[in-house]
Amino acid sequence: MINISEVIETNRMIQNENLDVRTITMGISLLDCASGDVAATCRAVREKLMRYAGSLVKTGEDIACDFGIPIVNKRISVTPISIVGASCCSSPEDFVQIARTLDDAARELGVNFLGGYSAVVSKGMTPADELLIRSIPQALAETERVCSSVNVGSTKTGIDMDAVRLMGEIVKATAERTEERDSIGCAKLVVLCNAPDDNPFMAGAFHGVTEGDVVVNVGVSGPGVVKYALEQIPGADFETLCETIKRTAFKITRVGQLVAQEAARRLGVPFGIIDLSLAPTPAVGDSVAEILREIGLEHPGAPGTTAALALLNDQVKKGGVMASSYVGGLSGAFIPVSEDQGMIDAVNAGALTIEKLEAMTCVCSVGLDMIAVPGDTPAESIAGIIADEAAIGMVNQKTTAVRIIPVAGKTVGDTVAFGGLLGHAPVMAVNRFDSSRFVRRKGRIPAPIHSFKN
Amino acid sequence: MNKVVITVVGKDTVGILARICTYLAGNGINVCDISQTIVQGLFNMMMIVDTAQTEKPFAEIAGALNAIGEEMGLEIRCQKAEIFEKMHRV
Repeated sequence: MINISEVIETNRMIQNENLDVRTITMGISLLDCASGDVAATCRAVREKLMRYAGSLVKTGEDIACDFGIPIVNKRISVTPISIVGASCCSSPEDFVQIARTLDDAARELGVNFLGGYSAVVSKGMTPADELLIRSIPQALAETERVCSSVNVGSTKTGIDMDAVRLMGEIVKATAERTEERDSIGCAKLVVLCNAPDDNPFMAGAFHGVTEGDVVVNVGVSGPGVVKYALEQIPGADFETLCETIKRTAFKITRVGQLVAQEAARRLGVPFGIIDLSLAPTPAVGDSVAEILREIGLEHPGAPGTTAALALLNDQVKKGGVMASSYVGGLSGAFIPVSEDQGMIDAVNAGALTIEKLEAMTCVCSVGLDMIAVPGDTPAESIAGIIADEAAIGMVNQKTTAVRIIPVAGKTVGDTVAFGGLLGHAPVMAVNRFDSSRFVRRKGRIPAPIHSFKN
Repeated sequence: MNKVVITVVGKDTVGILARICTYLAGNGINVCDISQTIVQGLFNMMMIVDTAQTEKPFAEIAGALNAIGEEMGLEIRCQKAEIFEKMHRV
């Protein structure tokens, strides 16, 4: 039986606390589009995307209207393109042609991002993987909506340091290719360890080869709702704090579950997973940092931040898991800098550094995210940062990622603006000591031991 | 049964229910339940209605009620009931 107080609570969450469904992401396998010819592959890719996702945006809008809940993004993820293009692409330019096809299809379908311009190279790179990786700077400079990701390691395989070193160079080259737009190419490029096959969030979304032909995954959000709930219990003990977060996460996730099931039914596509993530936006009141402040920290970065984040992340999962029939993706609290006004404030106040953010990534999803650093940061230092983050993921059996923007022509004290959901960010200092002798070693870091946990 | 929840928020005035019910009756929409309360000085009303007998598309009903709300200085929202049923319990 519906009661009025629950109705008022639901609508307050939506109208005052920015509750929304962050994304409906349709995962589409392009394995059957592979052929020996680039033009034929591009035609097949385009045809399949249009056929499967033709009504995705309209369906999302209809569901938003029916339930009165905003569905912010409608997106697509595809099979890693390094696999799809392996049999036809013999140069980076060949891969860029596929990127253009994806971009054109995304624009026509009205989706704001399409993920999967990706390579999974946890243990080693095939020639096609390497060609795709080398094509990333050009592909991201010449497209608008394509997102790229490279998985460089996993708990089972260790870390492919050759790929890490190459990605340090690729991140730099991507920044330089998009210099006139604050190096925005890097905002669409993420380097992962233990990347999930069913992540609906960009830039790391791709439709893994373990998935079926087509699937619908949904990412929920709602940091503002958690913050409001915590404002109602100032100074409460940890039990009350945790129970409140858990209860709130449950409600947020139930909405995601409803939307996911409805989208799957209307699109005639299987429901995949709900990603239980607290995903902030640059809007005030939609911030994970503000939750940390409400928990009792002056700014994120203050001593205690890692513990507070660990608590938050764990309670979100505990509440969310009960609310959904299938949970997957990244599932946790995101701590991007440019996309979270509270994080930006913390950096500007001098409270938050890259080193503290790195510590925070040990206990939450997903990694060093949307961090602007000086444009003269060496490629080897970026590779070192990627290796550190991948090591955290590998050892802790969790997904970690690096989405870092070495903003060409800018340095500490400058600000960059990417616009929209990508937000704006102060350029942060990077440790200036050299790691090139470490990064230049060839080969891979072996998989870690899975016993003697300390 | 096609359950829809209509919520009205704003300053209490004469004739709110009459206006909404006139529209609903004229379009074959049955009212199943009405409750109201005051939250932070604002009048909050919830109606549960059944749209199974109407031929009008949902978006049109929601739009028309929204327009009535704007005319009367109220906020009238129209949402399918599942969001409320699902959110608070398994």
